Amino acid sequence: MNATGQSRWANFFINGSLLFLVALWTIPTLGLLVSSVRTRFDIATSGWWAILPHQEWVLVDEIEIDDDLDRDGVMNIAGVTGTFEELREGIETEDGMQVLWIGNRRTGRVEVQEQQWVMRTDLTLDNYSNVLTGKEYQITQPDGTVITEQGDDMTAAFLNSLTVTIPATVIPILIAAFAAYGFAWMRFPGRKILFTVVVALLVVPLQIALVPILSDYRVLGLNGTFLAIWLAHTGFGLPLATYLLYSYVKGLPRDILESAFIDGASHFTIFLRLILPLSIPALASFAIFQFLWVWNDYLVALVFIGAAPDVQVLTMRLAEIVGSRGADWHLLTAGAFVTMVLPMVVFFSLQRFFVRGLLAGSVKG
Amino acid sequence: MAQLDQAPGSGSGFNPLEWLGSQLGRLVVSVLVPGVLFVVLWQGFIFLRDSEAPQYLIAIIAIVWGVGGAAALYFVSNWIIERLGPEWTRRLQPFVFVGPAMAILAWYLAIPTLRTLWLSFFDRTSDNFIFLDNYIDIFTDPNLIVVFRNNLLWIVFGASLSVILGLLIAVLADRSRYESLAKSLIFLPMAISFVGAGVIWNFIYEVKDISAPQIGLLNAIWVGLGGEPQAWTALLQPWNNLFLIIIVVWLQTGYAMVLFSAAIKGIPGDLIEAARVDGATEVQIFFRIMIPYIWGTIITVATTIVIFTLKIFDIVLVMTGGRFGTEVIATAFYRQNFTNRNFGLGSAIAIVLLLLVVPVMIYNLRKFGEEEAFE
Repeated sequence: MNATGQSRWANFFINGSLLFLVALWTIPTLGLLVSSVRTRFDIATSGWWAILPHQEWVLVDEIEIDDDLDRDGVMNIAGVTGTFEELREGIETEDGMQVLWIGNRRTGRVEVQEQQWVMRTDLTLDNYSNVLTGKEYQITQPDGTVITEQGDDMTAAFLNSLTVTIPATVIPILIAAFAAYGFAWMRFPGRKILFTVVVALLVVPLQIALVPILSDYRVLGLNGTFLAIWLAHTGFGLPLATYLLYSYVKGLPRDILESAFIDGASHFTIFLRLILPLSIPALASFAIFQFLWVWNDYLVALVFIGAAPDVQVLTMRLAEIVGSRGADWHLLTAGAFVTMVLPMVVFFSLQRFFVRGLLAGSVKG
Repeated sequence: MAQLDQAPGSGSGFNPLEWLGSQLGRLVVSVLVPGVLFVVLWQGFIFLRDSEAPQYLIAIIAIVWGVGGAAALYFVSNWIIERLGPEWTRRLQPFVFVGPAMAILAWYLAIPTLRTLWLSFFDRTSDNFIFLDNYIDIFTDPNLIVVFRNNLLWIVFGASLSVILGLLIAVLADRSRYESLAKSLIFLPMAISFVGAGVIWNFIYEVKDISAPQIGLLNAIWVGLGGEPQAWTALLQPWNNLFLIIIVVWLQTGYAMVLFSAAIKGIPGDLIEAARVDGATEVQIFFRIMIPYIWGTIITVATTIVIFTLKIFDIVLVMTGGRFGTEVIATAFYRQNFTNRNFGLGSAIAIVLLLLVVPVMIYNLRKFGEEEAFE
């Protein structure tokens, strides 16, 4: 399209609009990422964009206040006159300085400040260690007091997320691949009806199944086990997996299989030695789909893992911090990024397969 | 394809008694082995849950146990079936391949649908049959009507904004040198969980007192323009829902863009060239050629996003917990079942959710029936 000689202005307009939209889409994540490496104090007192050069009042001089100064009346300090209330708000001098009263009327101090270009680039990885280790940590406030706070043990949740996600990705692929081969290359009674059921189940919302399955799990004693949540994700991901893999396996050239049969190979051997290796692109597409879906899932984990703290996954952990410590942005920003890191790596390295999967299977509910 | 198409042999000189004698043991084994294997796996997990071993060790054992166990089920049952003689192998093998998938689908989706339907006709403790009373409640309770209004807002604004923005970005990117970079960045939020996205946007909507510096981006801009700091997701009902809907637009536009981008690249270049030669403007080309050409994709994308927004749950739960008039169907479902323990009403809400997607299901089945020469 570029070769057709778009004018310079058209190019400028297109790239400009695109840049604007991309910035809109990227800034939310960027803000989170930047905040997660800022100090706790900086996060709470300034926006994350303060790491960019901006004008700010900076302390240049501190003035001792005479004890006998009348603090209830009009005072004359550092060349400005005003009441305590006015000084609290800050009074600007003629040469662009600001005189500001810090603290209370009796024990406060007075600062002379100047507008300067500054960047708040005091960056740290402390937020991450706080959120990952669960140890107590100490914070020294600017006024010298020390607070002890509990961090959050997200390492355990990270391991749980891995333990949930890997089998919950591999098992449905395995089961769906067998089924896809069966539907595509074997003849048996009920084949068409069974596959119609698979297509019908594609859009069935998983909410419909939660209560009955939960009561089954209660009977089997499976609540809070990894097996319970793997099987649930397997069940909910299986219609799409079977459908996608079926379309792919059915499109494989028939003569490869025929010659294998003539050589006396069994269905099982053909499936393992021929079909699985040939289907790797389709398997990879669905694997990324399912991986992202399971890793990012909150509802299924909430229902089937519930209160068991030992098996909590990352999304539950993060949602709990939001609920209990919603204003602790130093924990929330780092915690959120911990949950996002692995899916982003997977996403960027395997984007090609992911897009292919999206294009093939845009029917899931 | 000789083996595949062979007619089921009726076995001349076949003696049922003799067969029974020789096969009974194998049949018993073929049922028992998978059963025993499942019980071993199941008990293994209950053991693991109660174990005190270091966590990473449990994680590794669990992964190997689960994945290996699933693979073992297939190997063992296939091994047994292949020992039953060629006739039975041929008859039973398809069920070794398809059976586990069908069993899981039945257990996890097909049968639960019927069980939930059944539960929805009962009262909150599932003791008394009250038939349609729960459904009458759903459509008369003012709190639940708000829920449907909100979901309608989600569908209308969420789907239309995602589609329009996705289309716009796809068209712009198609003409830019920076296409792949721009598309990757727009697409990126699809990798982020709703809970994570909730944190990201909560941070943008963060509100501080007017005397303190605003650390939330939206309020910083708003105050910079001279406004009062606002609690965006709490006030001004029902428009606070829009601030939640923006999040799903942010997440889903990438999906729409990818599908539209592929569709636009499928438009024959000659068609657009010819229109240009005939003096069509770019706007005319967009509305008269591109839109009609990719109309099918637009419908697919819109449908997918509508289904998706119907089930929206995590974002609302993380951002507002369903307060301030932001409850939607899926959060109401969760609240009724798991907080209020009203299984009757909760199940009825799930059935309503299912009924809303039935048209899409019928469309899918019809399309499948037309396309598929499923002989």
